[in-house]
Amino acid sequence: MRAILSKWLPAYAFLYLVFLYLPVIFLPIFSFNTSAVPKFPLTGFTWKWYLELPNTPALITAAWNSLMVGVTAAILATILGICAARAITRYRFPGRTAASGLIMAPLVLPEIILAVSLLIVMLSLGLQLSLFTVVLGHVLICIPYSVTVLNAGFEGFDRSLEEASADLGESSFGTFRRVTLPMVAPAIISSLLVSFTISLDEFIMAFFLAGTDATLPVYIWGQLRFAAKLPGVLALGTLLLVGSFVLLTIAEVLRRRAERRVQGHGVAVA
Amino acid sequence: MTAVAEGPAASRTSRSHRKPLLQSEKSQGLALISPTLLFALVMLVAPIAVVITYSFWSQDYLTVDRTFTLEQYRVALTEPIYRDLLLRSLWVSLLVSFFTVVLAYPIAYYISFHGGRHKSLWLFLITIPFWTSYLLRVMSWKVILGYNGVLNSGLMGLGIIDEPSTALLYNTSAVVITLTHAWAAFAILPIFVSLEKVDRTLVEAAKDLGDGPIRSFLRVTLPLSLPGVISAILIVMIPTVGDYVTPKLVGGKDGVMIASAIEAQFKRGSNWPLGAALSVVTMTVVTLMAASIVLIIRQAGRRVR
Repeated sequence: MRAILSKWLPAYAFLYLVFLYLPVIFLPIFSFNTSAVPKFPLTGFTWKWYLELPNTPALITAAWNSLMVGVTAAILATILGICAARAITRYRFPGRTAASGLIMAPLVLPEIILAVSLLIVMLSLGLQLSLFTVVLGHVLICIPYSVTVLNAGFEGFDRSLEEASADLGESSFGTFRRVTLPMVAPAIISSLLVSFTISLDEFIMAFFLAGTDATLPVYIWGQLRFAAKLPGVLALGTLLLVGSFVLLTIAEVLRRRAERRVQGHGVAVA
Repeated sequence: MTAVAEGPAASRTSRSHRKPLLQSEKSQGLALISPTLLFALVMLVAPIAVVITYSFWSQDYLTVDRTFTLEQYRVALTEPIYRDLLLRSLWVSLLVSFFTVVLAYPIAYYISFHGGRHKSLWLFLITIPFWTSYLLRVMSWKVILGYNGVLNSGLMGLGIIDEPSTALLYNTSAVVITLTHAWAAFAILPIFVSLEKVDRTLVEAAKDLGDGPIRSFLRVTLPLSLPGVISAILIVMIPTVGDYVTPKLVGGKDGVMIASAIEAQFKRGSNWPLGAALSVVTMTVVTLMAASIVLIIRQAGRRVR
């Protein structure tokens, strides 16, 4: 029995990875294919779909919009995430569980319902739908991820280090700059990157709240209706894939460094 | 910045008095969490309250009538189109959460118990596909399952079928496959976390006391990892019921789900109260379904132990 298990489980794990990566791998494959129809056998190698991308003004505008929305949403979500994560990991106060439950709730609610409820409120208040309303929606769904990442970073945080620094005569700002910041910075950067990546890929909120300004996913959604535009979309998707991969690798490396750093300090103090 | 400002102050009070510290800790914690909490109240609780209010109103062309009525709920629950869409959405989310959890459990188990030094590399590998554009992943399944698609050409190349099958795309199973793929990471991670918490000495104890690998798994590991299974089910089931993109792209006529109906009521501005009632009904019913499944699993877990 054990032999069967130890032989089949790795094979299953491998097959599962194939299942996970299968759809992802077709994006780059067909984005280099000369035929506009994505099917096998491949017809030949070309860069033309990539070369067309910079000459599409709508795409450039959408990419710029997404960048602005992503950066703003990531910064806001991380600031709000820092407040929540610090309060949750450091303090005990009445309603702590309820408050963190509420903050994490967008994770387990259908996104379309969040989107339409925000849409009703914004239109009823007479707010013009714009990239700003998209940012608000994105902050809402990024906060749970930001709090999760930051909680992990703050959990091992040893407060006595801050107190020690203050007792040894360091000013408040000096303590913050030389003790607090170096320890939590990797978690903060990782939260920024994760939030940015989520915002960059988010479709439903942008679809409902963007008004006339398109973000990248909204632009892609518009292109998917035209079969002839597919290779260009696949090329764009491949570039986004590479971009997210780089950002997430950085986030992961920083997260691990943060873990090691916090643990290292713990040992040094003990 | 706040962290620094409160640091020395808190340590000073801790030396002199005990009680004020507790009080100040309470107020400091509340003060610190309040911006985030306020944001959640304004952007989440208030909008949902507004949706619930709207669901009790009615609309005639462009004018909203604010007298209380249950008419929208009657329409949402009894009109065959909406009832069918809701039932199909529930069925899809049930199937998707079942398949994601059943497929994810062995992989989470493998990483947790046999991952060795490479645990975090495995987790990283599993989360990468999830970070690629959701729209394009769905699109990619369309390419795989389509009439001229990868699967059809592959099967024909192998001589298994003579002509492309139309049974793969534009139906409920295409939606289920795509969503099962899209939510995989959300199921693996919570199950992995709870498997990591399983005390390995308990598994060994069960084996020392004569349980085989299967019995020790069923009686020790599986019941102890149920919290992870439960959160995986909740995280997958509730959001998938309202998925919009997947049914639109790969569902065809037979795979339409409730999100399309909700979108139609809001986007083309036809009927906000009805859209609101559909949203409330969907949310309530899926929460009830998820809650009852969690209860059943808990009961089963207790019986095994």
